Amino acid sequence: MAQGHEALAGGLTRALARHLEATLGAQPEVTDLARLTAGAANETWRFDALGNGERIGCILRRSPASLSGEAAPETSEGASETNLGKAGEAAVQQAAREAGVAAAEVLFVLDAEDGLGEGYVMARLEGETIPRRILRDPEYAELRTHLAHDCGRTLAQLHSVDPDRLPALNRMGAAEQLTRYGEIYRAFGQPVPVFDLALRWLADRRRDPQRLAVVHGDFRNGNLMVGPEGIRAVLDWELAHLGDPMEDLGWLCVTSWRFGEIDHPVGGFGQREDLFAGYEAAGGGGVDPDAVRYWEVFGTLKWGIMCMIMTHSHLSGMARSVEKAAIGRRVSETELDLLNLLT
Amino acid sequence: MPTDRPTVPELVQAVREFIENEVQPALEGSVAFHTRVAVNVLKIVERELATGEALRAGERERLVALLGRDGDLDELANELIEGIRAGAMSVDTPGLTDHLRATVMAKLAIDNPRYKSYQRALERDT
Repeated sequence: MAQGHEALAGGLTRALARHLEATLGAQPEVTDLARLTAGAANETWRFDALGNGERIGCILRRSPASLSGEAAPETSEGASETNLGKAGEAAVQQAAREAGVAAAEVLFVLDAEDGLGEGYVMARLEGETIPRRILRDPEYAELRTHLAHDCGRTLAQLHSVDPDRLPALNRMGAAEQLTRYGEIYRAFGQPVPVFDLALRWLADRRRDPQRLAVVHGDFRNGNLMVGPEGIRAVLDWELAHLGDPMEDLGWLCVTSWRFGEIDHPVGGFGQREDLFAGYEAAGGGGVDPDAVRYWEVFGTLKWGIMCMIMTHSHLSGMARSVEKAAIGRRVSETELDLLNLLT
Repeated sequence: MPTDRPTVPELVQAVREFIENEVQPALEGSVAFHTRVAVNVLKIVERELATGEALRAGERERLVALLGRDGDLDELANELIEGIRAGAMSVDTPGLTDHLRATVMAKLAIDNPRYKSYQRALERDT
């Protein structure tokens, strides 16, 4: 299944000649190819593309499973709750960028003729992504004073994207997600009473969203690339879907994404009022704090269930790893956070 | 009967210390990261070996009080989950969330006593 380094470099060279000939000419070169992350559903590589005196820093994001014709294993790294596909992911990322969201420019989407599986190539940006550094390094002290507000603006811009301009996105509102995550959780046969209480609480309070929007689905500290001046790029668009825009605001506030800075509910760096003010000032519309709280509860439960998913992919033998074994013991963290939210 | 030494906790501790003090400093990159994860796993095992039995006994006693009948831990835990799933018990049921909070705090004492929400809850309780 894994393609060798040289085969990938050769394939990329041919793909560049096909898709970027106008910029790089007919005989481009690929240099400094290195894998950044590995996984069954996603691989990320960095490389430089050379040609016509140009040098473009690139990132390749692709689904290695698509090479062998397998469906991406949906339970290996978080529940992929959409069937967006890499082309859809690229389309959402590019549409968000055109709406003003800081996101890497999509250069081209791989097609069947490229023979490299599903994926796309984007311009490489530099910046900090490690949450603990964003929260603690003195270099980002000033950033932390306005990052929550910036996140609000970014989400308002994303939620202004017209879904009709995009390939059909899965509709995953609260009802669909309650069904999905409830089923996944119960199928493990590992009862967690707090999860059942939370599922019940969420079902009892479910409301129809005020509107449907293009939702990032994993907008949190850890998927933000920043510089001292602000957000440089929003990363990881694979969970994008059509849903309640308040989902993105709630997920950003989940305690797990505060990385120990629990008194700063927005990503560990800011306050909810600043997030909401940034959202409203950028034309996102009025924020209902109760709806955001609803999605924070939902997000806390989802992260707990995702921990179970990852640990069971180890236990079942699908993806043996000490890291996946260990993450199962993080379920209790989400249980305490849920109890704090529900009582 | 005298206990053979090293005991199981002492053996696990010896392995953990070896990895932490001798293996880890020689590593870098993703192997170093996964080794740090492995050390944390062994710390969980050490804590569970030390206090796990007492915690399960505590959970069982609380369930006996909450459900008003005797039984072993698995039986009682099943009855609890069925009660919640059937809607017979909810966050408003007297004693339920107190029991769950005590159980979760006991688990976190093993799983991750450095978790901030856990430390905050401990501070509040004292």
